[in-house]
Amino acid sequence: MTDTSTNVQHGLTEHSHGAGVPLQIRSDRPRSKSVSNFPAIDQRQDLWRYLDASALKGLDADVLAEYSNEVQFEETTGVTFTWIASSDSRVGSIGLPEDRVAAAAYTNASKTLLVEIAKEAVLAEPLRINVVGSSSVASALHLIIVAKPFSQATIVLEHSGLGVLGENIEIDIQDEAKLNFVSVQNWESGSSHVAAHYSKLGRNSYLKHSVATFGGDLIRITPVSTFTGPGSEVEMNGVYFADAGQHIENRPFVDHAAPNCKSRVTYKGALQGNKAHTVWIGDVLIRVVAEGTDTYELNRNLLLTDGARADSVPNLEIETGEIKGAGHASASGRFDDEQLFYLQARGITVDEARRLVVLGFLVEILQRTGVEDVIERMTSVLEERLGRS
Amino acid sequence: MAILQIKNLHVSVETDQGTKEILKGVDLTIRSGEIHAVMGPNGSGKSTLAYSIAGHPKYQVTQGEILLDGENVLEMSVDERARAGLFLAMQYPVEIPGVSVSNFLRTAKTAITGEAPALRTWIKEVRESMDNLKMDATFSERNVNEGFSGGEKKRHEILQMELLKPRFAVLDETDSGLDVDALKIVAEGVNRAHAANDLGVLLITHYTRILKYIKPDFVHVFVDGKVAEEGGAELADRLEAEGYDRYVKA
Repeated sequence: MTDTSTNVQHGLTEHSHGAGVPLQIRSDRPRSKSVSNFPAIDQRQDLWRYLDASALKGLDADVLAEYSNEVQFEETTGVTFTWIASSDSRVGSIGLPEDRVAAAAYTNASKTLLVEIAKEAVLAEPLRINVVGSSSVASALHLIIVAKPFSQATIVLEHSGLGVLGENIEIDIQDEAKLNFVSVQNWESGSSHVAAHYSKLGRNSYLKHSVATFGGDLIRITPVSTFTGPGSEVEMNGVYFADAGQHIENRPFVDHAAPNCKSRVTYKGALQGNKAHTVWIGDVLIRVVAEGTDTYELNRNLLLTDGARADSVPNLEIETGEIKGAGHASASGRFDDEQLFYLQARGITVDEARRLVVLGFLVEILQRTGVEDVIERMTSVLEERLGRS
Repeated sequence: MAILQIKNLHVSVETDQGTKEILKGVDLTIRSGEIHAVMGPNGSGKSTLAYSIAGHPKYQVTQGEILLDGENVLEMSVDERARAGLFLAMQYPVEIPGVSVSNFLRTAKTAITGEAPALRTWIKEVRESMDNLKMDATFSERNVNEGFSGGEKKRHEILQMELLKPRFAVLDETDSGLDVDALKIVAEGVNRAHAANDLGVLLITHYTRILKYIKPDFVHVFVDGKVAEEGGAELADRLEAEGYDRYVKA
């Protein structure tokens, strides 16, 4: 594809930084459990500048309803599911809200679903948690996932139906644990979903964190991964497809607060139709203690039609020079006429050529989840969406 | 027996300096099984001819016609031309990230023939063609043209030509940038497709080098958007000895 910039501040082409190039102080953001500690949302605030607050459909209110029956799961050996009171000291121990919507969800979720993967348990099959909404009443949900030492598991959290949901997910990957976490957002139109994921990685642990977002009017996800022990690795992947009028915002943040850790952030999206809007703000912070850090983040967007807009901003904040590598790339491009010509010159119709290129671009990210039924079902969702234009 | 006729073809492109006419009345007729070499200096319009036959949107045909067995090619879209049996081996094939060679070849074959090829025979056919072109089996899992060397790109073009079995193939400087070994491999591929499918070939080249391995029936010298001289293979020998100066100075 031809790379052209769309509001790219910096990083149009792949490059690396030396040490000491502060861009934005991501770590200084205030954190609180209480919605009252955050001011009313206003588009002049940097955190909310890309979206119209009315699209939140009340998720920023002081009082929200609460999801419980909407959450479905099946008990499996090696895993326990428990609804605990949110006053329990484990709630909030992994991460705290950094914005008003996350705080509203935190304040209003009176109970929390605690999912614990037993020590040394190795789950052969993915664990499924389905969140199925059925109303447009603004609601809160809080989950905690604990991957105990030496455990290995895949969790697929899938959102569907009609929902207006503020969601906090705390993910505790303890020493030597491996977790493959997938969150799918395939809501019906009319839905709004704002989620904050707080992942904490212990020593020699591994997290693959993927978000796949296709359906819903407004989807905003802020996944934070914090290294607290050395020798760990996080792979954060995102794939999204925005149609006319949809707003999909991803704000991944990797906090390198321990030495010798590796992070890879890869988000890819496609947009079609008038006022299809995607936002990607990718933050990486390498703290003074994080010597030996190896990080790379990438965002690519494919604009399929006029009237769509992709904002993409990578930020890298480096406090030590003793790192292995730090780089980022961001590019938003149009569908390339020369690619189309090449495929057409081999007998392939315009529609089929477009399908081939877009699926090739996005399915690669879906495949990284390694969860067959998710790859298949979301590929057909993409095919159906491509057929719409 | 099929016939490709190019009659009084005029083609223009838009440039910063305005519309520029590049082809100024080209006449060429190619029949099945014939090999025509189009030779000429840089900027004479050889590649414009190739892209105009394939239907690249950048090139505007202002006059003349292209007929394939009497059918008006200029009214066809790019993919319709390919399905009608025209093939362009490109000088600069583009990368298509995320699309594997195997998926691309199967999709193209399905588009050309109108039905998906039987999997087992297709895989065998692809493997044989790749072996012939000395392409490694891992090639089919790579993304189309992504990270290919110059020689790999050209072999990939010839691979497609062999598998898609067009009636007429236009080879746009397929020989450029190839070392002698790669040139021989590519030339053998062209000769195989020519023999197997009674392929009509329009071989566009700057150099006579490839004509040692692919014997043309006709040679056309292209100068300033027109055919300046025509002859048999002996004309290529003369160009080899004298170069294009004689035409350019005239």
